[in-house]
Amino acid sequence: MEQFLQQLASGLANGAIYACVALALVMIYVSTDHLNFAQGEMAMFSTYISWQLMAWGCSFWVAFILAVLISFCMGVFIERVILRPLHHAPVLSIVVVFIGLLAICNSMAGAIWSYLIKEYPSPFPKADFGIAGVIGPHQLGVVIVTLVVLSLLFVFFRYTPLGLAMRAAAQNPQMARLVGVRVDWMLALGWGLAAAVGAVAGIMVAHIVYLDPNMMGGILLYAFASALIGGIGNPGGAVVGGFIVGVLENMVAYTGNMIEKITGIYIIGNGEKLTVALIIVIFVLTLKPAGLFGRVVVKRV
Amino acid sequence: MPALLEVKGLKAFYGQTQALYDVGFDIPEGGITTLLGANGAGKTTTLRAICNMVRTDGTVRFGGEDITRQATEEIVRRRIAHVPEGRGTFTSLTVDENLRIAAYTRKNKAEVDAERERVFGYFPRLKERIQQQAGTLSGGEQQMLAIARALMLKPRLMLLDEPSFGLAPLIVVEIFRILRRINEEEKVSILLVEQNAALALDLASHAYVLETGKVVMHGPAAVVKNDENIRKSYLGY
Repeated sequence: MEQFLQQLASGLANGAIYACVALALVMIYVSTDHLNFAQGEMAMFSTYISWQLMAWGCSFWVAFILAVLISFCMGVFIERVILRPLHHAPVLSIVVVFIGLLAICNSMAGAIWSYLIKEYPSPFPKADFGIAGVIGPHQLGVVIVTLVVLSLLFVFFRYTPLGLAMRAAAQNPQMARLVGVRVDWMLALGWGLAAAVGAVAGIMVAHIVYLDPNMMGGILLYAFASALIGGIGNPGGAVVGGFIVGVLENMVAYTGNMIEKITGIYIIGNGEKLTVALIIVIFVLTLKPAGLFGRVVVKRV
Repeated sequence: MPALLEVKGLKAFYGQTQALYDVGFDIPEGGITTLLGANGAGKTTTLRAICNMVRTDGTVRFGGEDITRQATEEIVRRRIAHVPEGRGTFTSLTVDENLRIAAYTRKNKAEVDAERERVFGYFPRLKERIQQQAGTLSGGEQQMLAIARALMLKPRLMLLDEPSFGLAPLIVVEIFRILRRINEEEKVSILLVEQNAALALDLASHAYVLETGKVVMHGPAAVVKNDENIRKSYLGY
C-alpha cells in the first residue's frame, strides 16, 4: 500500500511537469496552429540560466523568478524577431525553424555550460516538508509550485481583460483586430508566457533528472502525449492530460513490478513506461480523436 | 461641414486580382449612408479596404486624418467599428466576454459596466443570454451581439456589412429599427452595405451604387430610389 502511494505521489510530481510543458505547447498551438518542437530545449536553456544565476550567488527563488522573467522576454523576442517574418510562410518552413531553434538551444547550452551532467539543488527543506514514506519534499514542492503557476495562468486568462484579448486573438485573429486587439503583440505575449511556463517546468524537474542539455527530450515526448490526450486545443485538457500521463506511467510500472513479484514473470517494468504511455495515447486517440477533453465547438449555421 | 470619412481613388487587390477601381465617396458626420450593388460589385471589399484588411491603394481620411496605411487595430482604435459580414462574433466566448473584449483597453471597470448596460438597452435579449456561449445564439441574436460589440467601441463611424444576411424578415426589421435608434441617440454615423436595397434606401439618407468596383451613381437616397435603372436592377419593380 505504501509503495502504491509512493508511486502515485511521484506520478503526480512528474505529471505536474508534463502538465506545464504540455500547457506551453498548447498555448502556442491554439494561437498559431503550430507545435513548437523547441519548447523543451527552450525550457532547458532557461534552467541553465537559473543555474548560472545561482552560481553567481543568487538564492534559489531569486534565480527562479529572474530565470522565468528572462525566459518570458526570450519567448517574446523569438516570436518578434524569428517568427514574425514567417507569418505567411508555409507550415514546413515553420517546422524547420522550430527544429533549428531546438538545435540552436541545445548546442548553445552545450557550448556555454558544457555537456557534463550537473547536479541541481532542490529548494524544498528536507526535514519537515512532505509526508514521510509517501511523498518526498521535492515531489510535494513540485506539485505545489506548478499548481500555483497553473492557477495564476487560469486566473489571468479567465478573468483579466488582457487574458480575454489573448483568447480572442487566438480564436479569431482577424475579428480580434476589428475590436482593436493588437494581435501581433498577443502572439508575442503567448510565446513569452509559454517560455515562462516551460522554464518553471525545467527548473522544477532539474533536481530529479539532473541538469544537462538533453534533459528535456523525454519530457517533451510525454508533454506531447499529455497535450494529445487532453485535446491539443484545450489548455485545461493539457494540464489534466499531464497528470494522467504522469500517474499512468508509474502505475504501469508498479503493476508490472507487482506481477513480477507474485508470479515471477517479467512483463512490464520501468523500462517500458514510455512505450506503454504512448500505446495508451494511440488507444485514446483512436477512440476519441479530439482527445478526452477536446471540445466539439458548438456552431449554428 | 467636412465629411467624417473621405475616400478617394480607392483601389483594392486580392493577390493579383483587382477588386476595386477608383472608388470615391464622402460620409457626412451623423448620417446614414448606404452602399448598394450586385454580388461581386465590391461592397464588402470597400469596407475591408477602409479598415486596411486587404491590399489597398488610394486615400482614406477619417476626421481629417489619413488612415490609409494604418493597421486594422489602430484604425479601429480611432473609433471606426466594423461589423463584418456573417455572424461576426467570437463563437466560443460568452456574450459578456464578446462585449468586454471591445472595451479591453479601457481601465475603468465601472465605466465599462455602465457602457454594457446602455448597450443592453438596445438589445435586451442579449442581457438574458449574458453567460451563454455566443455560438449557441440564434442567427439574429448573433448579429445583434456583433452590433452591440461594435457599440462597445464607442464608435464615431460604424461600418455594417449585410446585417440582414440570412435572417428572418421580422428580425431584419427589428435590427434596422435599432440601427436607426443608434444613429439618432448615439450620434453614430453609419455606412451600410446591403443586398436588400429597398430596406437600405429607407434607412439611409444618402446612397452610392457600386458596379464592378466603381461608383456608378450616387445621390440622396430618395433620388436614387426613384431612378429608373436602380428600380429595375435593385428594387425589382
